[in-house]
Amino acid sequence: MTKVHKEAITGAQAAAYAMKQIEPDVVAAYPITPQTPIVEYFAKYVADGVVKTEMVPVESEHSAMSAVVGAAAAGARAMTATSANGLALMHEIVYITASMRLPVVMPVVNRALSGPINIHCDHSDTMAERDSGWIQLFCEDAQEVYDLTLMAVRLAEHEQVRLPVMVNQDGFIISHGVEPVELLPDEVAKKFVGELKPLYPLLDTEHPVTYGPLDLYDYYFEHKRQQIEAMKNVFKVFPSIAEEFYNITGRRYNFVEPYKMEDAQYVMVALGSTNGTIKYVVDQLREEGKKVGLLKIWMFRPFPKAEIQRLLTGRKAVVVLDRSASFGAEAPLYEAIKSSLYEVASKPLLGSFVYGLGGRDINPELVRFAFEKAMKHELVVDQELYLGLRE
Amino acid sequence: MAELKKWNEIPIGGIITEPGTARKYRTGDWRVKRPIYDRSKCIDCMMCWFYCPDQAIMQENSVMKGINYFYCKGCGICANVCPKSAIEMRPETEFAHKEE
Repeated sequence: MTKVHKEAITGAQAAAYAMKQIEPDVVAAYPITPQTPIVEYFAKYVADGVVKTEMVPVESEHSAMSAVVGAAAAGARAMTATSANGLALMHEIVYITASMRLPVVMPVVNRALSGPINIHCDHSDTMAERDSGWIQLFCEDAQEVYDLTLMAVRLAEHEQVRLPVMVNQDGFIISHGVEPVELLPDEVAKKFVGELKPLYPLLDTEHPVTYGPLDLYDYYFEHKRQQIEAMKNVFKVFPSIAEEFYNITGRRYNFVEPYKMEDAQYVMVALGSTNGTIKYVVDQLREEGKKVGLLKIWMFRPFPKAEIQRLLTGRKAVVVLDRSASFGAEAPLYEAIKSSLYEVASKPLLGSFVYGLGGRDINPELVRFAFEKAMKHELVVDQELYLGLRE
Repeated sequence: MAELKKWNEIPIGGIITEPGTARKYRTGDWRVKRPIYDRSKCIDCMMCWFYCPDQAIMQENSVMKGINYFYCKGCGICANVCPKSAIEMRPETEFAHKEE
């Protein structure tokens, strides 16, 4: 195990620290709350000469992602970071990054998408990019932000994947909250991340290529099929990267984290920082003799359906917590879980709770309330319920 | 239709790895109607040649030599401007299984 040092830092600092050790060739930066501290911290590394990264301050997020696409196509390791409306403004180029198969890693600090205007945490920004072709990882805390950002580079650049990755952290809750984070020595992190092996770099003038050509009905479908395949390959590639990371750090990652799940009859499923609160409530309920557990989702895209089927089949009830709504349909995580469970031998009772929109507080009492609904078998599969809403 | 490759036989991301591939692109594949030229009615006025937006009318020394189906997208302008009705637009389905 590598010698580590522990520092009390925010999630934003954890992301910036990982970026410092990755030392990308290019970072495009546009500030947007609550992402701003990431690019501010990184700008300081650049100004202090700690990293040799070319920092490109741009005039909007649309330009930030465009600059990153240009740099990545040229053969550079390129990154940027964003939040909410910034991510929405990037939307067009977010698709293009994935379609061009550029291995870009982007920390996303989750925040409500307007309107009305709100700068606080929910997952509506990243859910809007759900089908963009990016891998989406979700962090529970600043430690996971640091760890998953390093692993994301390996995953994105893997020859069988070559897809961009969003590393999501909850706005303010993780990005601005200070926690102790174990950090690897620079040389260990750098060795783990390794060198980028560019594929078809534009700067290789000996082998000129065309990026972004017209692609009509005769080949477009085939290129989409390649993206589908690359996403499937993530299931093969990620465990080996996580294993390698475990050997260095002792911290084990997977597609999902089961918490006290072995004999659990009532299971909650969630993304992001709320998992910490749920773990606390699971511990309390366990002390009261209740058979409860948590299934934390680390990877939302590609969606680890097989793992979820294996872990949720035969449970009495499954409660899914979503920090975003899908207007006129079921909430995104609930929809995915429900769809996964269509094929299992023994289907649990299912319930959907939407919570925390626009930074609305989630607390142990609300989580306990949702668990109690499940334990009293008061869930209805087609009834969306709300936590912390006045009704 | 030209021979098309499968999804796992082409470079990822739509990247084109050789120059000059536009020359190989049969824009004629987009055609829904095909212009059929009747030499016996033609007076070599070259109106079709003037108006064709795809330079798909072949000529030699101001003599009409037929239509280049590699590029012709079947817009029908040639048939429309022909004063002698020497060009007729016919549905592409009539030729679906025939060699050009």
